[in-house]
Amino acid sequence: MHGEGKVDFDGIAECLVRIGMSACLCGILQWVMNSLNNRVTYRVVCDVRRDAFDTLTHLPLSYVDSHPHGGTVSRVIADVDQFADGLLLGFTQFFTGIATIVCTLVFMLTIHPLITLAVVVLTPLSLFVASFIAKKTYDMFRLQSDTRGELTAQINEVIGGQPIVRAFSREEDCLAQFDEINGRLEKCSLRAIFFSSITNPSTRFINNVVYAAVALTGALTVISGGMTVGGLTSFLAYANQYTKPFNEISGVITELQNALACAERIFALIDEPRELPDKPDAADLSDARGEVRAEHVDFSYVPDRELIRDFNLTVKPGERVAIVGPTGCGKTTVINLLMRFYDVNAGGILVEGKDVRDIRRDSLHSAYGMVLQDTWMLRGTVRENIAMGRDATDEEIVAAAKAAHAHSFIRRLPDGYDTVISDDGGALSAGQRQLLCIARVMLAIPPMLILDEATSSIDTRTEMKIQNAFAALMKGRTSFIVAHRLSTVREADIILVMKSGRIIEQGTHDALLKKGGFYAALWGSQFEQVS
Amino acid sequence: MNPSSAPSASCQLFVPLVVADIVDKGIAVGDRAYVVSRFAVLIALGVIGIVCSITAQYFAAKASVGCVTSLRRSLYAHIQDLSFSDLDRIGVPTLITRLTGDLNTVQSGLNLALRLLLRSPFVVFGAMIMAFTIDARAALIFLAAIVILAAVVFGIMLGSVPAYKKVQGELDALTGSTRENLAGARVIRAFGMEEGEREKFASHNDALYRRQLFAGRISALMNPLTFVILNGGIILLLYTSGVRVNDGGLTVGKTVALYNYMTQILVELVKFANLIISISKAVSCMKRVDEVLLTAPAMTFPDTDPAEDPNAPAVEFRNVTLRYSDADPAVTGVSFTVNHGETVGIIGGTGSGKTSLAAMIPRFYDASEGEVLVNGVSVKDYPAKTLRHKIGYVLQRAGLFRGTVRSNLLWGGEADEEALASAVRSAQAADVIAAKEDGLDSAVEQNGRNFSGGQRQRLTIARALVRRPEILILDDSASALDFATDAALRKELARLDYKPATVIISQRTSSIQHADKILVLDDGEAVGIGTHEELLETCPVYREIYESQYGKED
Repeated sequence: MHGEGKVDFDGIAECLVRIGMSACLCGILQWVMNSLNNRVTYRVVCDVRRDAFDTLTHLPLSYVDSHPHGGTVSRVIADVDQFADGLLLGFTQFFTGIATIVCTLVFMLTIHPLITLAVVVLTPLSLFVASFIAKKTYDMFRLQSDTRGELTAQINEVIGGQPIVRAFSREEDCLAQFDEINGRLEKCSLRAIFFSSITNPSTRFINNVVYAAVALTGALTVISGGMTVGGLTSFLAYANQYTKPFNEISGVITELQNALACAERIFALIDEPRELPDKPDAADLSDARGEVRAEHVDFSYVPDRELIRDFNLTVKPGERVAIVGPTGCGKTTVINLLMRFYDVNAGGILVEGKDVRDIRRDSLHSAYGMVLQDTWMLRGTVRENIAMGRDATDEEIVAAAKAAHAHSFIRRLPDGYDTVISDDGGALSAGQRQLLCIARVMLAIPPMLILDEATSSIDTRTEMKIQNAFAALMKGRTSFIVAHRLSTVREADIILVMKSGRIIEQGTHDALLKKGGFYAALWGSQFEQVS
Repeated sequence: MNPSSAPSASCQLFVPLVVADIVDKGIAVGDRAYVVSRFAVLIALGVIGIVCSITAQYFAAKASVGCVTSLRRSLYAHIQDLSFSDLDRIGVPTLITRLTGDLNTVQSGLNLALRLLLRSPFVVFGAMIMAFTIDARAALIFLAAIVILAAVVFGIMLGSVPAYKKVQGELDALTGSTRENLAGARVIRAFGMEEGEREKFASHNDALYRRQLFAGRISALMNPLTFVILNGGIILLLYTSGVRVNDGGLTVGKTVALYNYMTQILVELVKFANLIISISKAVSCMKRVDEVLLTAPAMTFPDTDPAEDPNAPAVEFRNVTLRYSDADPAVTGVSFTVNHGETVGIIGGTGSGKTSLAAMIPRFYDASEGEVLVNGVSVKDYPAKTLRHKIGYVLQRAGLFRGTVRSNLLWGGEADEEALASAVRSAQAADVIAAKEDGLDSAVEQNGRNFSGGQRQRLTIARALVRRPEILILDDSASALDFATDAALRKELARLDYKPATVIISQRTSSIQHADKILVLDDGEAVGIGTHEELLETCPVYREIYESQYGKED
């Protein structure tokens, strides 16, 4: 088109058809590319997540105990998600961005090499500006997230501890403390948000300058006859397209870095050393009678803090072992070793004369019935929580629940045995959860028992009734009992007395009383009078 | 609120017009000076644009951060005003999420809205208006293109937003599964359920993959479709412009300008569509925050101290019933008194209402029926501070706060070194403090997690003793103590020179058997009251509890 009456309609029509065809082709290709990106990314991420979870179920308990669960969960979920976002952005923005830059560069060169040079020299300026701002704002963002963490911690503490706050009338002091942190957060948030938000206008400004420069040089070239008006128009369009990816890439770079950091964390988790696998010739414990021995066992959680040294114990089938001591004395350590949640440093634990390290783990675990103080519930129905993966008939489950005195409260739940238990047991009281845990063991009836404060949350009258069921269960079975109440300990065949992680005394009730040591003092205090 | 967004947008709108002038007035007549002057105008527009938009960014950031900061404060203060029944109903974890995560989302949503919402509509409609001023007939194509583009963009969003919600649902299931496998690692392994758990995770993981793919497929349509529609519009535009240029109604430069407006519109529409997602998220978070703010505190306190009766018992329950919701009452028709200097034990199984009963003395909950009196005055007639200052309350969950041991103890009240030391001694906490390098000035971490359960319990008892309370409530406060320490503690409490009226709640008969009076609770009802000996004779529930702990008397 060249003005009034000079428009070449045939030429235009041909061009328009070509534009239409290339637009459609481009659209289809874009769609295909997006779909492929999605498929590849989500597949990769799906596999990574599965591997991560697989590792999780094989990690040694020492890892699970020593790493905050929140952090591990965020690796498997949030980090993987972030990684996916990074991959998608990488595929769509980063590579197409580079492709756009290269192609437009070629087209511009064919139109006018000199002006192209000007564009190429000027455009990276926006990249520099963007990375300069990103570097400057990094510290501000870190300060913001630190302050945010501080505020969250204060909120957790005060809102979670409202009964104490109010009992001591500290509402105003807490609010003042909150105000101080909130004020600091306001300041640093404002700085971080503002300074990071000038990236976009700044890069846009530089692009505008580039655009103006192209318009100027281009127009002058057209006037001196070096280029047509149509050429200038296309050139301006290309220049516009050329600068855009620079903006996008500068925005994507931080995302990509973040995704890389996330990937690193995930793969670090996946590469964590797993539990030692079962030995190829590991034995089965199908006919366990309950003979357990500890021979010269040394154990510590941390290498330089020795806990158990040269511990020896012989338990004959059917004997009852009680573990007593003040809270936090490490009674659960013994359970960790019996179940082989942790491996001993020296010596060995033997079941039926076989070292536990030579026994298949699943077979060792299923030889024990375990009720822990921590009444952990599976997300699922009451029935699933009693069956715990076993194929059990309804009759067997009800019988187990009855034995654990759980049947009557289960019946009163909204959906009986099919009531869904939410996270952390939800609507069930601690005592009810404990009854369900006991029902699990009643169903499995393993040859050996571990009861870790198994009735601590149950009121003593119900406990008394359960004790009868336990007594029947323990008859002829080797059992290890961790208990607070000394009355449940008295009848044990062997009593292990623990203090600050160590086993300090070992013997029967009468022998230990006669010895007049720590156990005797514990026992005495129970009956001491207030004078 | 954000006056400079519009100017910044208009700067962008003028650029195509200036370029049109360069083509039509500069190049057409070969006027180099004019071209250079237009170049200067372009740069000036860029400068005005950046100044305006940085100003806009600043005010957007300031407005959103400032607004959320004061919102956060109001919410925090409001939560501290809510009654415990409200807190129980809403749930503390939810409240914490609203104060933190939800408000952060509101802040970024608000900031985005201020930055883009006040800009995108200007660009879209501005570009359309500009197109109309250039050429009304060509501009009709704009109108059609905008309508179709908007329909496509929002149609895709309509499909993709619910799809992404489902993705989030699966993601939540995976989070739950992962958390479960960490928290329940011992039980899962003890029951050999690892394989089943892996399968469960894998099935959710596959479902997530399918949902992600589906959601991705919908949103993958966005770019190609808008691109094709835009180019369709451009083809139509170029054709009609060709006709108009031919009959002299339009110049070549103006055609270029029209083309530029078209692309600007697309960019803003896509930005706007993405913004809608963030805004709808922020709006739903704001609704959750609002819900809490709109909850009126269920409890009010008078401002002036009442006149107390010196002859009345320290605490008196008159036929008190407490109902938390419509459910069965937690406490039913309980009456008892605690005289000055007297010790009363409360015993009963889990869920028998012991803690509920105690929580009514500092008026954490109001009696649904009956009356709770302190020094002969209903607790409802006391200002909160006056009432609670009389009481040393040691809660079941021993909570310490970040600071030092000293700062925690001083929560009890002003006290000199000697008073602190004596409270610490009485609470059997002297060795806890002696074991720490900095003694009373040792740091306490968040929630006191650098102390063991037993240590925390003793420190919280010391904290309650620092204020030399008239009424001392120990709610299962010795559960983490071994018998020897528990006994020593009781001995010390009996020796306190200010003789507080003491209420001891316990599951252990050993902790309360020497009290002046024991109240036996069963299912929220008082089934016995009297001394240890009397109750052994008359109260079967008490006898059962006692025998369950000591074995039958021979």
